[in-house]
Amino acid sequence: MAVVSQILTPEVLAARKPAGSLFRSALGLRRTQIGLVLTLLVLAIAFLGPRLAPHDPSAFVGTPSTASVPGTLFGTDHIGQDVWSRFLSGGLTILLLAAISTALGLILGIAVGLVSAYSRNLLDDILMRIMDVILAFPQIMLALVAIATVGPNPITIILAVGLTTMPRVARVTRGATQPVVERDFVAAAEAIGVPRVRILLSEIFPNILSPLLVEASLRLTYAVGVIAALAFLGFTTNPGAPDWGLMINENRIALTVQPWGVVLPVAAIALLTMGTGLIGDGIARAAAGIDRTRGAA
Amino acid sequence: MTTVKPAIVVDNLRIVVEGSGQDIVNDVSFSIAPGEVLGLVGESGSGKTTVGLALLGHSRRGAMIKSGSVRVGDIEVLQLNAGERQRLRGRVVSYVPQDPASALNPALRIGTQLREVLEAHNFGKNAEERRARIAEMMREVALPDNSRFLRNYPHELSGGQQQRIGLAIAFACRPRVIVLDEPTTGLDVTTQAHVLDTVRDLAAAHGVAALYVSHDLAVVGTLAERVAVMYAGRIIELGPAAEMFRASCHPYTQRLIVAIPHLTGGRELVGIAGHAPSPGRRPSGCAFEPRCTFAIAQCRDEMPALRAIADVHDVRCIRAEEVRSHAPTRSGEMPRASTGTVLQPVLSLQGVHAGYRRQTVLHDINLEIAPRECLALVGESGSGKTTLARSIAGLHSDRWGVITYKGTPLANVARARPRDIRRSIQYVFQNPYGSLNPRRTIRQIVSQPLEVFGTVKKDQIDRRVAEMLERVSLTAGYANRFPDQLSGGERQRVAIARALICEPSVLICDEVTSALDVSVQAAIVELLHSLQRDLGLSMLFVTHNLPLVRSIAQRVAVMSHGHIVELGGVAQVLEAPTNEYTTRLLADTPSLEVALETAVS
Repeated sequence: MAVVSQILTPEVLAARKPAGSLFRSALGLRRTQIGLVLTLLVLAIAFLGPRLAPHDPSAFVGTPSTASVPGTLFGTDHIGQDVWSRFLSGGLTILLLAAISTALGLILGIAVGLVSAYSRNLLDDILMRIMDVILAFPQIMLALVAIATVGPNPITIILAVGLTTMPRVARVTRGATQPVVERDFVAAAEAIGVPRVRILLSEIFPNILSPLLVEASLRLTYAVGVIAALAFLGFTTNPGAPDWGLMINENRIALTVQPWGVVLPVAAIALLTMGTGLIGDGIARAAAGIDRTRGAA
Repeated sequence: MTTVKPAIVVDNLRIVVEGSGQDIVNDVSFSIAPGEVLGLVGESGSGKTTVGLALLGHSRRGAMIKSGSVRVGDIEVLQLNAGERQRLRGRVVSYVPQDPASALNPALRIGTQLREVLEAHNFGKNAEERRARIAEMMREVALPDNSRFLRNYPHELSGGQQQRIGLAIAFACRPRVIVLDEPTTGLDVTTQAHVLDTVRDLAAAHGVAALYVSHDLAVVGTLAERVAVMYAGRIIELGPAAEMFRASCHPYTQRLIVAIPHLTGGRELVGIAGHAPSPGRRPSGCAFEPRCTFAIAQCRDEMPALRAIADVHDVRCIRAEEVRSHAPTRSGEMPRASTGTVLQPVLSLQGVHAGYRRQTVLHDINLEIAPRECLALVGESGSGKTTLARSIAGLHSDRWGVITYKGTPLANVARARPRDIRRSIQYVFQNPYGSLNPRRTIRQIVSQPLEVFGTVKKDQIDRRVAEMLERVSLTAGYANRFPDQLSGGERQRVAIARALICEPSVLICDEVTSALDVSVQAAIVELLHSLQRDLGLSMLFVTHNLPLVRSIAQRVAVMSHGHIVELGGVAQVLEAPTNEYTTRLLADTPSLEVALETAVS
């Protein structure tokens, strides 16, 4: 057996505690730390920004599309509102929508993936083919179709993004679950007749957490992108309200004379996606490290 | 041996954990003559593989060769730079890994992989010469040398053939030293016997010095002229194989030998209490002292030196003379024979067939297990013994025929069986590394059946768990740990505790010791045997290890290709087998007795 192929130093042994240690060892990595700082920065802007805004985001403070307007930090936007105030106020909706729709996609996707992998029969095939059909369309396309038909209210956006996130999560969950299902502790639970739902939730689910955490951060990143893109295309919950995606579209015409209206929201979205991406990568690396010490199971 | 110049000399090798500097291997010295096979024996974590790799100038990630020397002829391996070491490997010193299936590249034809080795070392002047060399190698390892066979991919070969390819690759460039790292561990006894023959013949024919790393004393005994036993990173005894087994002078070697099941003259196995210290926790004195029955105060204070006790026989024990004269008792009691078939069988199988999709792997199995009886089920891998065990436990649904428990027919799937039957038939899995959920504590794992069956009140659960842990010789303190904080033997005890907490009447043990070291195996078998006797359990003990059957079972069923080919009392089947297959299986099983006889003659 190659079970003891790893040298058991105290450090390694310490890293072997399964619960909670994943985050701790992920936090030890530089990339996770940077990712966390970036994410927290953007979150702080989105949540605290509305209170810090020097002007009412829909008040007119000067000539449209001007970079240097007295009393403003970054000038005015295409109709003369304060760019800095609109930027500070424009992140909350996008983040909340992204978080909720990702959560929805995760819950549905994990359920489908777990059931598929555990059932190993016709149900598996049916569920996964349905997921494949949804996967065949680009996420933004499906979201656009849904919103164009029903109209851009928050529920529609959440459902559209959540449901298109589901198949991707389901695929990853199923892939992670398949090897776990084959392991003997699942058979041991089956042999004494543990209910199926309990097997899925308390035996299998804790063992696929690390790939799911990575997937969750990736999906959040994509959801932010899709929702910003929808806003860019004009599908926002409230067309007059400040919104990063919408800001980019509105101000891109004056990009050469007043770049701030585009640069600020673009930078925020970029930092956020980089941040969550780095956190996901950190967790993935930490998980790989921990799984290695756990050896051939 | 001293007259021939040794092919390889290892001197004072010390390998440490990178960073912390804790010893993994220390003070290891030995030499191997051309054509000689030296067996390096030790249990998991003893450092044997680490020493094997050091012969190639390699250390695993996290380990570092700190000092010492490895000389092959005039080459000082540890002084070479990375490029020189790479040229050395495969050409001068080569390596046969444990698992041929993962060592061969699944995407390349075997012919290509053989050619690669020769090309990497510029062996042979041209393609024609290399082709001839490959054909020659294939004949030497007893494989077909035609080009059709060489066009096979690794997965198209059997495990034995794959390992032969591994040997061919290792011997291809005519190395002077070869390191074999448990190359037969995953193979069936018959295949293992053939591979071992090949190794011995090749080493002798080409004057190659071979280091055979293994945990299996019986295998090493049949193959090696000399044996070195490692414990906690040091060689504790080194001597001629025959002498080591007849008159071992180190308490650890003695205990190890007693832990090996014997093919003849059944006896109870005696495990070694406690476990080997890991790097960084080793005592300053003799590392075996905490587990040693011969220990005196002096043992704790100073590390004994390796000293000669006889001609070419070294031992690292200050009381070696006394140890040698005090040979451990060999003749233990034989498991009592069952009282016969007057009682109603607990478990009865009539005309059981089972399969996977269209392929039938079990044919017309008829078996009965009496109360308080242990029936061993032996067979090579693929014989269907695990499928049979899983069918009984309700984990293999694709079966037909009748299985009854105390007269009640059993449903195919465990879930469809009444709760009381699920509780009464318990299953212990082969691999304790897979059968315990790594994310749950020992308490959660052991108490799970109680929750499912609801047999015990909530406030009694902790007490029952503690009781069970003590029953399997663990302490209640284990309840809060996670499985990966336990050793393999401890995990298997937890798995047994999980089965026992159900108060079963039938215990099915599927190869429960195959993932464990011999001394741990002995302790687990000891435990199972006492549990079976004290609790009056019926047991189906599935194993591929024939000698082990002696130590635990009263009756034995031999399986081959899904049929039971022989069924009878243990003594009768092992001593006077009537079936040709059983006879062959027995002949191929490496055993210490046979090793001794051949070594003496």
